[in-house]
Amino acid sequence: MTELTGAQAASFAMKQINPEVVSAFPITPQTEIMMDFAQFVADGDVNTEFVLVESEHSAMSSAVGASAAGVRSMTATSSAGLALMFEILGVASGSRLPVVMNVVNRALSAPINIHCDHSDSMDCRDIGWIQLYSEDAQEVYDNTFIGLKLAERVKLPAMIMQDGFINSHCLQNIKLLKDAEIKNFIGKFKPKQSLLNFKKPVTIGPLELFDYYFETKRQESEAMISALEDYKIVCKSFEKMSSRKYSAVEKYKLKDADYAIVALNSVCGAVKDVVDELRINGEKVGLLKIRLFRPFPYDDVLNALKHCKRITVMDRSESFGANPPIMSEVVNSLKNAKKINSVIFGLGGREIFEDDIKNIYYNMIKNKKQERYVGCRE
Amino acid sequence: MKKNYKQIPIGGMITKAGNSEEYKTGDWKSFKPERDEKKCTNCLICVNYCPENCIKVKNGKLNHFDLDYCKGCGICATECPFKAIVMELDTECEL
Repeated sequence: MTELTGAQAASFAMKQINPEVVSAFPITPQTEIMMDFAQFVADGDVNTEFVLVESEHSAMSSAVGASAAGVRSMTATSSAGLALMFEILGVASGSRLPVVMNVVNRALSAPINIHCDHSDSMDCRDIGWIQLYSEDAQEVYDNTFIGLKLAERVKLPAMIMQDGFINSHCLQNIKLLKDAEIKNFIGKFKPKQSLLNFKKPVTIGPLELFDYYFETKRQESEAMISALEDYKIVCKSFEKMSSRKYSAVEKYKLKDADYAIVALNSVCGAVKDVVDELRINGEKVGLLKIRLFRPFPYDDVLNALKHCKRITVMDRSESFGANPPIMSEVVNSLKNAKKINSVIFGLGGREIFEDDIKNIYYNMIKNKKQERYVGCRE
Repeated sequence: MKKNYKQIPIGGMITKAGNSEEYKTGDWKSFKPERDEKKCTNCLICVNYCPENCIKVKNGKLNHFDLDYCKGCGICATECPFKAIVMELDTECEL
């Protein structure tokens, strides 16, 4: 066991991956990742070309360029930085470049706020990136390897999320893997085509108009759907190496549960505590934690929740004028919106307490009207 | 014949040099050039002005317009000193 923060877990994973190119621009609360990684570069622990750029737009552009050239490239960001990258996120996925990025979730401006919610990464959910969410530092660490391997298999970029401060800045005990194990697990990055392969010259990122753009996007969509199966294969080989079992969703005391809470990232820790406490009193409640949000595991969610009488989905981001992101997907999975409550909580780092989660549960079992916003002054 | 999504390289990647020749930009035109051979003196000014290099010359004389790449811009008709080129509606164009 080693004590690391979520941010350190991400940078340590990057150190073990030893990517050829890392580009970075500082932003709270991501800065810790790159601060740590810069130390690894300075100490000669990695062979990485560390590119200090003038904005996140350039950080992602640089990562895209390096990946197109044929090497592994990584970066990390948060909030406004991710928003500034948005244009180039589509270039990475559209050009099918497996860039890997750790995202430390932070609220978007305005009002300006440095604390956690998921509005930054949820806004990027339809841009063609694989999205993996992490409850704790251990999952950040493991998801970084799984995300990288999956990205390179399906040739799509991947972002690995963790909650700003709650996860990124808190020390947690985690189990690290050996450098040699990681090296063996990720293997060498050998793209079939790349810009610097002079034997097979290619053009990456050309113009496509009404006659081919649609087909290229269709390919991208097929690749993303196929990533669901590939994710299982990658998790299996990860389990072989680490003895840690991962799946697109985690079912916590859900088997005989009449009532379920659905959530992702760090709040799952608090929900598990509440589930344990309620279970002692004989309440039949469980948690469904979503790890893989893109592609979305509709069948897994359906199978995990179909026996539940009622469900409450906890979203830490808004979709203004529509159902919030996780709730929408759960509704899509079950095709029966009647028994699903939706809760929006924790925007901009607003705390959520165990009593709030208990109230969510009691509203669900008593079939009482659930207030959409928990922790917001009405 | 345009390819379907399974037949093209991923991410819009171009794997063959010079494949822009396969892109028949002549599809874009609404008007095509017609030459009046009586008025044409074969001065070949139109050849120099054509931005797509699609006015073909043979033995020092204007031979034909390569309609696969002519976008119908009409510069040849405008520049012809003898008004020997007229732009006519291309009835075969895809509208």
